Amino acid sequence: MTPHRPIYLDYASTTPVHPLVRRAMEPYLQLEFGNPSSLSPPGRRAAAAVERARAQAAGALGCHDDEVVFTSGGSESDNLALKGAALARRGKRHLVTTTIEHSAILGAARDLQEHFGVDVTYVPVGEQGIVDPAAVGAALRPDTFLVSVMLANNEIGTLQPIADIARLVRDRGALMHTDAVQAAGFLDLDVDRLGVDLLSLSAHKFYAPKGVGILYVRRGTALAPLIHGGDQERQRRAGTENVAGIVACGAALELVEAHRPETCARLAVLRDRLVEGIEATVPGALLNGDRERRLPTNANFCFRDVQGETILLELEREDVYASSGSACHAGSQDPSHVLLAIGRSPEIAHTAVRLSLGAPTTRAEVDHVLELLPSVVDRLRRDHRSLSFTSS
Amino acid sequence: MTRRVYLDHNASTPVHPEVVTEMTPYFADVYGNPSSVHGFGRDAREGVDVARERIATFLRVPPDQIVFTSGGTESDNFGVKGLALARGRGHVITSRIEHHAVLRTVQALEAQGFTATYLPVDAYGAVDPDDVRKAIRPDTVAISVMHANSEVGTLQPITEIGRIAREHGVPVHVDAVQTFGKVPIDVDAMGIDLLSFSAHKIYGPKGVAGLYIRKGTKMVAIQHGGEHERRRRAGTENVPGIVGFGKAVEVRGREMHDEARRVSALRDRLWEGIAARVPDVRLNGHPTNRLPGTASLCYRHVESESIVLGLDLKGIAVSAGSACTSGNVEPSYVLVAMGLPLDWAMGAVRSSLGRSTTAEDVDYVVDSVAPLVQKLRQALPVGAA
Repeated sequence: MTPHRPIYLDYASTTPVHPLVRRAMEPYLQLEFGNPSSLSPPGRRAAAAVERARAQAAGALGCHDDEVVFTSGGSESDNLALKGAALARRGKRHLVTTTIEHSAILGAARDLQEHFGVDVTYVPVGEQGIVDPAAVGAALRPDTFLVSVMLANNEIGTLQPIADIARLVRDRGALMHTDAVQAAGFLDLDVDRLGVDLLSLSAHKFYAPKGVGILYVRRGTALAPLIHGGDQERQRRAGTENVAGIVACGAALELVEAHRPETCARLAVLRDRLVEGIEATVPGALLNGDRERRLPTNANFCFRDVQGETILLELEREDVYASSGSACHAGSQDPSHVLLAIGRSPEIAHTAVRLSLGAPTTRAEVDHVLELLPSVVDRLRRDHRSLSFTSS
Repeated sequence: MTRRVYLDHNASTPVHPEVVTEMTPYFADVYGNPSSVHGFGRDAREGVDVARERIATFLRVPPDQIVFTSGGTESDNFGVKGLALARGRGHVITSRIEHHAVLRTVQALEAQGFTATYLPVDAYGAVDPDDVRKAIRPDTVAISVMHANSEVGTLQPITEIGRIAREHGVPVHVDAVQTFGKVPIDVDAMGIDLLSFSAHKIYGPKGVAGLYIRKGTKMVAIQHGGEHERRRRAGTENVPGIVGFGKAVEVRGREMHDEARRVSALRDRLWEGIAARVPDVRLNGHPTNRLPGTASLCYRHVESESIVLGLDLKGIAVSAGSACTSGNVEPSYVLVAMGLPLDWAMGAVRSSLGRSTTAEDVDYVVDSVAPLVQKLRQALPVGAA
């Protein structure tokens, strides 16, 4: 059976808004437009909608409502976690993170290093792309105020042992943050089972619109605000609430959480079919990241000899849409820092293609890609070889 | 059925139907990440680019000098901190009647070692440009003065302040959240280096705003990560929000002048209607040099919350102060800065008119206010004893 085109396999970059989520947010654009800080009835109704969404998010995180802070997105959540903890630190000046974090974490860490006198240790990962808790433990210092390790990697999908890391970190009196932007809908986000003090989410990764995120902040955590102004979000984050976006975020998180077991089971089968199919049909394809400990949605391969971008262009001609890695890094000429961190050479790293599945992904779509990809790679490799012969 | 009259447009506005229509495809059809190089990404990128061009056209500035943010508050934080932190230390000038987004940002900078001057305002709520001149020091790194205050609506002498700042080589940030799309703004003629403006005050969605940054202005980013917005603001773009913002600005470009005239007339009708029927009432702010739709009135010896609640029962939504500070029982810091005595300041009620406001609405409000104030004064004469 031929699947509908286009075939979108870039759900790790962003997702379409789910129809139910769209319906939930709809009234809050034109009809219920009050400012939640306003005491007028329209304002109070908007505030109530925000609080309902907060309760939905708290349900997914297993936390108190007052521990949910709505932000403008995953990048803001990550910045708030790192800089907010840094600005509230009492004499401590050491931050621990890893070499495979999202650019929002690495960017915030660099800013703290350059402008706020913070020492940063970047814990390396093994070639499977997994952080070793012992390596984090060894990096801790008496003046470590925060450790930030992502729950699932955005490029290679590897799952990190956050609960084990958090135990070590919190025993040593530091705060534990996890960037869970890629994990929502696929992993348990219960903040107590994870043992984290801070956790970042981005709504547009789970079928809600762009422009909304969440930072979970455990009660009692010393965190300075980054955006000052009104008293919104219990003074953790000023600014008129993006009511429609927040309503969508709460509805979407509840929705993906309710369907998590069956979504994961179904997608893991499709992912394995994709991974095994590519390995069986594309000679020399290298799977990036651990085979088992990865998101049920992520297949990331280096294809050697052929630039990832070239493969993507060929796929796009066939109406198949994937990515070479992080969208936030797309267009950059530098090889992926994640692939370098797992020991790929810059040349090999440039040949990476990430296929990321989502709730709408079907078996027919996966099979279509499996039919297409071997011939695309084979043709490009032959072009590559003939080019190298003519140039030599 | 009770009539519903929304006179709280300075707090927020409904999204314009044309704006909703423009945004709709970007939720579930054109949903790509603008950073993605493929077709889905490129289509989303195009939506963002069109919005940026529409806003740039409206402001008559190059599109690459507009940065999208998550709201007016972020724009204010970005503008003021971006200027200050780029210079490391120094002195910041602002006014006592700024929005909390500026005031608390300046306070946060003070906690980090910056110094600050909070300029006074006159009885109309206007900053004296001469005070700006006197406050400038060799180490002054930024001046931030709002274009119009959200509570009283008095327009500030930005052009004069801009000229003085330029003479001294100090960059000027202007919070234009309340004026953008309501009164003309010419960043060149007014000497503005940074301008904050927000979508949800002009019938765009909440959660999106802009900061104009004049080319060559020394700034640092405050949100780090990917290379979005030419590395000035990291984070995946709020594509539907930005698309809606662009459309809202385009619509305002069409409507602004006629609306300003229409809404000004309605505001005058409101004020004159109330003044004719209610004793001991005053209009706050400058009588003419002001935002078109804003009428801040003080009813002496009445508590503003009682009026707000009483009008609420009549289906009328007004505000007791700026929305972000609602819930405070303190008098408005803006009115205090203007020197209003407490017995007046405690009775402040702001009506902010907008697109949907009609003459019938205004007459209904006047008819509701007059007996209400009379009743409240008889029942509980605050401070009159």
